[in-house]
Amino acid sequence: MTIRSVRQKVTASPAPNEAEAVAIQVPVGEPSASAAGGAALGDVAITVRDLSAWYGARRVIRDVSMDIRSNAITAIIGPSGSGKSTLLRCLDRMHEVVPGARSSGKVAYQGVDIYDPEIEPAAVRRTIGMVFQQPNPFPTMSIYDNVAAPARFNGLVKGKAAQDELVERCLRQAALWDEVRDKLGHGGTSLSGGQQQRLCIARTLALQPKVLLMDEPCSALDPVATLQIEQLMSNLKSEYTIVIVTHNMQQASRVSDITAFFNMGPDRAGYLVELDDTRTLFTNPKNQLTEDYVSGRFG
Amino acid sequence: MTESARAPEQRGALDLAGLRRRRWTGDLAFRAILSALTVAITVVLGLMMIESFISASPVYQKFGIIGFVTGSEWAPSFTIYGAWPFIYGTLVTSFLGLLIAVPISVLIALLLTDLAPARLRGPLGIAVDLLAAVPSVVYGLWGLLVLVPAMRPLEQGIAGTLGRVVPFFGPPTPGSSYFAAGVILAIMIVPIVSAVTREVFASTPRIQREAVLALGGTRWDVARTVTLPIGRAGLLAAVVLGLGRAIGETIAVTLVIGNSDNIGKSIFSPGFTLASVIANEFNEATETLHPEALIALGTVLLVVSVIVNAVAIGIRNRFTGGSRSGF
Repeated sequence: MTIRSVRQKVTASPAPNEAEAVAIQVPVGEPSASAAGGAALGDVAITVRDLSAWYGARRVIRDVSMDIRSNAITAIIGPSGSGKSTLLRCLDRMHEVVPGARSSGKVAYQGVDIYDPEIEPAAVRRTIGMVFQQPNPFPTMSIYDNVAAPARFNGLVKGKAAQDELVERCLRQAALWDEVRDKLGHGGTSLSGGQQQRLCIARTLALQPKVLLMDEPCSALDPVATLQIEQLMSNLKSEYTIVIVTHNMQQASRVSDITAFFNMGPDRAGYLVELDDTRTLFTNPKNQLTEDYVSGRFG
Repeated sequence: MTESARAPEQRGALDLAGLRRRRWTGDLAFRAILSALTVAITVVLGLMMIESFISASPVYQKFGIIGFVTGSEWAPSFTIYGAWPFIYGTLVTSFLGLLIAVPISVLIALLLTDLAPARLRGPLGIAVDLLAAVPSVVYGLWGLLVLVPAMRPLEQGIAGTLGRVVPFFGPPTPGSSYFAAGVILAIMIVPIVSAVTREVFASTPRIQREAVLALGGTRWDVARTVTLPIGRAGLLAAVVLGLGRAIGETIAVTLVIGNSDNIGKSIFSPGFTLASVIANEFNEATETLHPEALIALGTVLLVVSVIVNAVAIGIRNRFTGGSRSGF
């Protein structure tokens, strides 16, 4: 199945199980009245149902069900070992690239099961882009080529002019253009850590994805660079569905509209404790564990 | 941030005395042992050079060093000794071997790290490693009895078509030849080159592979954008290793190269390499200056190895200058 046919499938089937999704939806407060600044939240973009994941024989997440809304930032918080990154990697089928890793349950984007055997993982990853914890620009490529790389993998643009335009637009979106416009031919690894991470964000944007998954994107960065990335996320929110894993509760409360709290169960597998709009989760959590965690009593 | 940066520094200052004491015992002994070994290696190499130079000095006195190296005639019964036919044979067979072996080795390594399904990688890797453990005389006999006859139609085909235009590929095609030796060398160095290359490719940071996959890239995209560019320095090191083995390989080459003292015009002519002529003639070297000339060939072999390796390392350094900085 080609990427193009998957795209058609994605757009042509308007959430056939929308009713089901709404029926068993994890409560997210009152969507219209809740989230930060009273901004209306978008529709459900990704539905996760009974998702479990293993590395070899070890189960790392257990029976996670949650909805991820479009055009909002969903933060996933929780202590180490609670399966936050694994959950994120299950959302774009990156979990399975680790030898011995597998998962069960259902993940659907716009109603399309991304684990359908008919669907190519590369097509999923093109629609649902990922930014990693460590900035990982390709070390042997220039800044320009780093941003152009995904277009080359997927044959997204034809011709030099279109490619130039794509590179500039993505670097502008990632708020990096002004800093690198005169040195596009320099190596991607010649940039500072924060610039490298923005380069990686620009590279992911060049996929023209619908969803951005970010796995602790600021953990390797200094406070100034962190702030820049956070501003960037707020700017991108209008066009993308963003899911961010973070260790940093302040960051979650600063940038996200919705927060999901994960914890490690007695079987050492992570599970979803509570999901709510960010303000409610931090100020008036329903679960005692969540309250203990956000008030700094453990984790 | 500043607190955590300063704290270990202070602790370091307090511990300095203790550190210094340990350095006198463990560190210093370790360094002394390593230094002694390094010096020993250099001294042994130097003694080898000096000893073989002295033993072979009558040859150099008679023909001159340049005359000996460039002399294209080797006729022990007339006391004429020139090393060039064997230098030529060594270079031709080694480079032919590399030409065939390197692309195959790179493909095998990529197959084992990026392209093959995960459950096939283990068994395939073991099979390739086993090839490296086969003794070279086995390769030589197999080459003589199986490969050389089997390649005759191919050789005749090339000699009959391309060979009519380019004398280097021309007839006749007796079987044992530079070409046969090159092919045997290729088969022998594929395991070592692919094993080293696989290690190099396998050490590509996981985060780089995942970057390609997360951007919708295929396994082939991983190989071409990450594994090959990042691993090219290591790949060249593997090639140097394979070249070293090809230059020095003796028994297998002796069995299939045809053992002729003359420079063959065609790649399908019989010839000799430096290593194989020494192995083949030393036992029966009864003519005047013959043993001395063979010892001189040993020195030439050593020098050729050093020069070829130096060139290869130079190429590697030029390839990798700059692009790997910051990684």
